[in-house]
Amino acid sequence: MIENLHLLINVFLLAFLVLIVFAAINTNNLFVATMLFGIFSFVTALLFLDLDAVDVAFTEAAVGAGFTTVLMLSALRLTGAFENVKHRQSVLGLFIVVLTGAALIYGTADFPRMGDPNSAVHLNLAPEFIQLTQEKIDIPNVVTAVLASFRGYDTFGETVVVFSAGVAVLLLLGMGQVEPKKEPEQNVVLRIVVKPIIALILIFGLYVQFHGDFGAGGGFQAGVIFASAFILYSLVFGESYTRKVIPAAILPRLAALGVLIYGVTGLASLLFDKPFLDYNALSSNPVSGQHTGILLVEAGVGLAVFATVLLIFYSFSGVNHNE
Amino acid sequence: MIIISLLSDFCLLIGGIFTLTGAVGLLRLPNFYTRLHAASVTESLAAPLLIIGIILDTGFTLDSAKLIIIIIIMVVSSPTITHALCRAAAHGGYAPDMQKKKQRQADNRAKEPK
Amino acid sequence: MNELLGHFNYWIVIFLMMMGLYMVIASSNLIKKLIGLGVFQSSVFILYITFGKIKDGSPPIITQNVEIYSNPLPHVLILTAIVVGVATTSVGLALIVRIQEAYGSTDEDDIYDKDDFDIKSRSIT
Repeated sequence: MIENLHLLINVFLLAFLVLIVFAAINTNNLFVATMLFGIFSFVTALLFLDLDAVDVAFTEAAVGAGFTTVLMLSALRLTGAFENVKHRQSVLGLFIVVLTGAALIYGTADFPRMGDPNSAVHLNLAPEFIQLTQEKIDIPNVVTAVLASFRGYDTFGETVVVFSAGVAVLLLLGMGQVEPKKEPEQNVVLRIVVKPIIALILIFGLYVQFHGDFGAGGGFQAGVIFASAFILYSLVFGESYTRKVIPAAILPRLAALGVLIYGVTGLASLLFDKPFLDYNALSSNPVSGQHTGILLVEAGVGLAVFATVLLIFYSFSGVNHNE
Repeated sequence: MIIISLLSDFCLLIGGIFTLTGAVGLLRLPNFYTRLHAASVTESLAAPLLIIGIILDTGFTLDSAKLIIIIIIMVVSSPTITHALCRAAAHGGYAPDMQKKKQRQADNRAKEPK
Repeated sequence: MNELLGHFNYWIVIFLMMMGLYMVIASSNLIKKLIGLGVFQSSVFILYITFGKIKDGSPPIITQNVEIYSNPLPHVLILTAIVVGVATTSVGLALIVRIQEAYGSTDEDDIYDKDDFDIKSRSIT
């Protein structure tokens, strides 16, 4: 009965996704397309929740539905192109797409049934990781254990990729200057309500950061949630006040510091004659060494992601549009 | 506790009906401001009712304490969101339909003793 | 019917992927192309997470009284992929803002016209 309900929700959400993308293709208004993409990301997060992927749903909701929509709206404001997008029918494109789609559907004939417990995906590594997490690392969230410890190299690469994206946006746009407005807007309701909500968001960001071992959460989600509190502050109170709270010059250094924390944790194991990023060396007891390692590494990731997300937002809001 | 179970079902049902009402209103009402009013029903009334239904069903655990906090945040922030949207529309120059009010003002001015 | 339901996720994912690809090919506006790319990425994520789901499984957080956990490996992969995806989207949007400053429009046809792109010799004259 519960499985049938899951299946029904699954089918319904996927059909909804198809309708959303269809509407996004056919609309001429770029603002509508951006909003539909935000709704698409959010429904995808719901779908991930239905497919038992709680960490992924969290990240998709925070990063995809939250931050990407804010960035796209900033880019739309800067380019000024809202309506009258030219509609171009491409028969060749349709033909290519139909052909590729048919070939891919032919290829899915060999895929396992959805939910099949005996498929090849679940045979080798997954039960081993679940077992090893309980023995060697002893934290409940297996995804955090695999992300931070067993596959720590990949996460290091990902943190560096996030940092490089921040550097690239800095090179392209720079952080600019924002002068305070002569007459700040009087939005009394927003100002009063937003103040306690920002405090709650900051506490929630810290909770997600440190609770990532025990439930859904971790460094990436926490960094984005923490940065979104400052983005909310700048949307309501004005960008110049946010730049007084966190100066623009400190953000690249914070991002670099986050990546450095991750790298130094890995290098510290080298000092004890163990391989790079082997957390067993960080303490006398291997299990508590793993705990320390995961804590430090997630802190580095959270710091790097927070600084990069806020940096990218500052860059987009600091561009002077001369039109 | 059959009465709590019945109350939970009732809350979930009413929450679902209000969601449907909000959705139908979003599609069928003529003006932006009226549509905004219909949408605000969904996020200010229907969502907290649904969560109350779940809380009554779950009982008194840590999960329901977290859900109560979520309800408080939602009840505070949803009307603020509606207010922000309305303010943005008014700031952008989208005036509500003032036809009837202008007509009334013109009639009143015509009736004044000269 | 069971066959249909077992593979339903995959077909919808491929349909979404192809719609995203069509948006990238057929839109002339750069921001719409970026949206199509985002749709393509998200559909690939749904494909991987569908691989990880096990019938009657529960989220891979170790709790008492739970025997079957869904596969945590695709979750780890897709977590990384989502963050990398948002990083590339933000760089793409920054490029679009600079293109707008340089060419004055975000429409592909206008940019080609401004560049005097010669389609036959494939060079910028």
